[in-house]
Amino acid sequence: MKGHRSLILLAVVVLWSAVVPRAVAQAADWQQIPIPPLPAFHPQQPKRFELPNGMVVFLQEDHELPLIDGSARIRGGSRSEPASKIGMMDIYGEVWRTGGTKTQTGDQLDDYLEIRAAKVETGNNVDSTTISWSCLKGDFDDVFKAFNNVLREPEFRADKVDLAQREMYDAISRRNDDVSAIAARESVKLAYGANNPYAREAEYATVAAVTRQDLVDWHDAHVHPNNIILGIVGDFDSAAMEAKLRQSFGDWPKGPPVKVDKIEFQPAKPGYYLIPKEDVNQSSIRMTELGIRRDNPDYYAAQVFNEAFGGGFSSRLFKSIRTAQGLAYGVGAGIGASFDHSGIVRISMSTKSATTVESVQALYKEIDGLGKNPISDDEIKRAKDSILNSFVFNFDSPEKVLHERMAYEFYGYPADYLERYRAGVEKVSKEDVARAAAKYLHKDKLAVLVVGNTADFDKPLDSLGSVTKVDITIPPPPGEQPGAPPKPGSDSGGETQ
Amino acid sequence: MIRALKLFATVLVVGSLAAAQDVTSFEKRTTVKKLDNGLTVVICERPEAPVFSFFTHVDAGSVQDPLGQTGLAHMFEHMAFKGTDKIGTTNYAAEKVALEKVEQAYAAYIAERDKPVDRDETKLKDLEKGWRDAVAEAQKYVKPNEFPQIVEINGGEDLNANTSDDETNYFYSFPENRLELWAYLESERFLHPVMREFYKERNVVIEERRMRTDSNPIGRLLEQFTTAAFQAHPYHRPTIGWTSDLNSFSATDAKKFFDTYYIPSNMVVAVVGDVKASDAMPVVEKYFGRIPSHAKPDERTTTEPPQNSERRVVLQEMSQPLYLEGYHRPDFRSADDAVYDSIADLMSNGRTSRLYRALVRDKKIASDSAGFTGLPGNKYPHLFAFYAFPLPGHKPDEMAAAIHVEIEKLKKEDISDEELKMIKTRAKANLLRSLGSNEGLANSLALYQARYDDWRELFHSVDRIDKVSTADIRRVANLTFVPTNRTVGIIETKGGAPAADQKGGAQ
Repeated sequence: MKGHRSLILLAVVVLWSAVVPRAVAQAADWQQIPIPPLPAFHPQQPKRFELPNGMVVFLQEDHELPLIDGSARIRGGSRSEPASKIGMMDIYGEVWRTGGTKTQTGDQLDDYLEIRAAKVETGNNVDSTTISWSCLKGDFDDVFKAFNNVLREPEFRADKVDLAQREMYDAISRRNDDVSAIAARESVKLAYGANNPYAREAEYATVAAVTRQDLVDWHDAHVHPNNIILGIVGDFDSAAMEAKLRQSFGDWPKGPPVKVDKIEFQPAKPGYYLIPKEDVNQSSIRMTELGIRRDNPDYYAAQVFNEAFGGGFSSRLFKSIRTAQGLAYGVGAGIGASFDHSGIVRISMSTKSATTVESVQALYKEIDGLGKNPISDDEIKRAKDSILNSFVFNFDSPEKVLHERMAYEFYGYPADYLERYRAGVEKVSKEDVARAAAKYLHKDKLAVLVVGNTADFDKPLDSLGSVTKVDITIPPPPGEQPGAPPKPGSDSGGETQ
Repeated sequence: MIRALKLFATVLVVGSLAAAQDVTSFEKRTTVKKLDNGLTVVICERPEAPVFSFFTHVDAGSVQDPLGQTGLAHMFEHMAFKGTDKIGTTNYAAEKVALEKVEQAYAAYIAERDKPVDRDETKLKDLEKGWRDAVAEAQKYVKPNEFPQIVEINGGEDLNANTSDDETNYFYSFPENRLELWAYLESERFLHPVMREFYKERNVVIEERRMRTDSNPIGRLLEQFTTAAFQAHPYHRPTIGWTSDLNSFSATDAKKFFDTYYIPSNMVVAVVGDVKASDAMPVVEKYFGRIPSHAKPDERTTTEPPQNSERRVVLQEMSQPLYLEGYHRPDFRSADDAVYDSIADLMSNGRTSRLYRALVRDKKIASDSAGFTGLPGNKYPHLFAFYAFPLPGHKPDEMAAAIHVEIEKLKKEDISDEELKMIKTRAKANLLRSLGSNEGLANSLALYQARYDDWRELFHSVDRIDKVSTADIRRVANLTFVPTNRTVGIIETKGGAPAADQKGGAQ
């Protein structure tokens, strides 16, 4: 190899001098590379209209590819399912499609669509259900017909209810197999309360309690045009599509609007929560408390704080915990925000068992550091540059623009929300960030969850303070193991124990 | 009437646009240039929004890890975020000297640590301290994470990289006005990489191993399974690396790996987005043309000999069961590559797939089952694998039996014309759907250019699927899916109790 070195050098010199004579001087400093202004870009907005029956429609033409995709979001989701039937909406989200329609079984529908390489799928979220399609434009009429049938005339056949229940049982049985999944799930329970509708989870008993009639009833109560936002993107003509939709949905009468009960949040008491797991050599650490809503005036400051404190490669946590201390592969933090309810303030990392307590303390040090050494002007400038210079990626495809608009419509946010967001971030000051950090991230209010192999910890977790053990034993199915009947709440987080 | 006419007009207009998505139309907006140093640049114009994405595809992965240094390709990938002689340092001249001292101290420490006999523990402690002190000294010159920071403050999106057995990819997206800044940053990273903070980053990688493999039952199974299936070819070694190797290799080793494999002729850079090739190519050439070329390294690897008896790996875990099996098949250049893709699609794609219908829908013994190709890579002969997750109360053996019934059907009966049509239609539609994003296109164009020396193969791959016959599928199934060519990987629940009767899923 050594003999080659001079040749390599020579090649370099030749390339530099002969091919790109000025590259060396120009390349000396990245700061000297000119950055021309970004050309003005006004992404195409979808056409919005409302049918007389209250259905809101967005049409976004995109003629790049001969495809047409659509999705409808319907108000009402798993946060509204009865506590005795948790999992019902997961089953609904699957069987709505797999259970077929009045005229076709789900299996027939599968064949009908797959031969066209098309999809019609349904799903479920905390606050809504969804039904979507994707097809080649030439198949639009065929696929839209199938979509419409599933939307309006689903049959929820019993064999598919049974199948969905089996799949749920399987998921329940596997939910304690993966340490990061346990940490993610249990930390949400600590932040919101174990029985909170955004945190609670399905059990064998609650899944077994779900009947076909529950799904039919839910559908009848919620799937009305006035509860639906429909968005279509792709290779079509808007005027023709509007005409088609008016014709398809014109006869569909309004129904009762969806009501949402008030949802209580009961965060766990601050302190330490422990889930021992013997078959791992890495601990998952999650610190949580209640976060904010997106319409909170502090949201923009929180976003800048998140970027600077726990966002990307250049955030404080990444630099300190990962780069400088080598304690973690994954580390992150942020003041979480949701559209219509509080998000979760979250600090999370994973570290080898032998640095578990050291890592908790290292995170504390970073929180303390926010008071002693607030996020600086420099850090704020970097965070804002990062958010604002990448802003264009919020709307760099017609589909993204459509989905943003649909989300604002669903939650009642203004259509120009993104523009307001940009302006809001631009205005954020150092004081705003310091205030938001102090207001929403409190070392003494955090519930600190550790999932790990306690035998190998550097120090016992209770060297930090009193520890509540969280029992994640899965309650057996009803009728099995009579010695250990499911106890209400025993599955669900430590704060009650 | 007017409406109908309008609809018709739309169809006509759009009909002609639809044709704009074939290889001919891409040829009009795709430019390829092989630079004098051997590096290939692909630029595809897609002016949908003022942004662009790129992929730097390096034709070296963990297969190239030297003996005793598994994980090195991936380790270098992490180091490519650490900056250059100009980025990430307060004083490179001094830092360079300090980093050389780190390497000397580390070599001395390792030499003593790994002595098979007569290790002097006192001396070892001193040497370890010497190494750690040298690391601390070098750290004084570091501007941590300056390289990714420059990307982020300039609006970089989805900044990341990945290493596989076959290759290493670096990628992110930028606003279009940062093209020259990108060309500078991305070329400098491979012109003047600096192995700073190496030993801390090594700890980060060991944490990554704990997360992906050590603390994850499926990760543990996959590692053991692949190791069992390949006995001669480097595919038997995990990309993340064995722990002892991770605790052993040095920054000097990583730099040597870089010098050997990160040569321009091993690199394809694909740029897709709001760029004009006529403007962008000279910029890309100006910066990437500086990377010095030298001869390609020796690329010989051991050929995996034919497997002539079944191998089994059974893990007893505190988790729910899983069944996995794999069969050796030839590499991606095989004339039958499209046949394997067709079999994977038939067996696995969606609710019409044979495995879903048999194991999930009809027998009701699994929550999920599929077959896939490309384990652990596909540049070399590799595995076609099948798996199933048993439903509570069902055992891995039942999965094996049910999967084998489906395999036997493939071998004995022709698949239906409907099924064949489904496979072919889906291949075309999937290609179409993959063309609508800068990132996806940059990834595909770089990969196909690197693999076939021609990005058009992305489109031709669909033509090859279109030529697959029912006889091909039977022939390849009979050739491949035979018991002696099989490796089996199983997770059994410790204590043997199936899920539904077991009290604690996770003590």
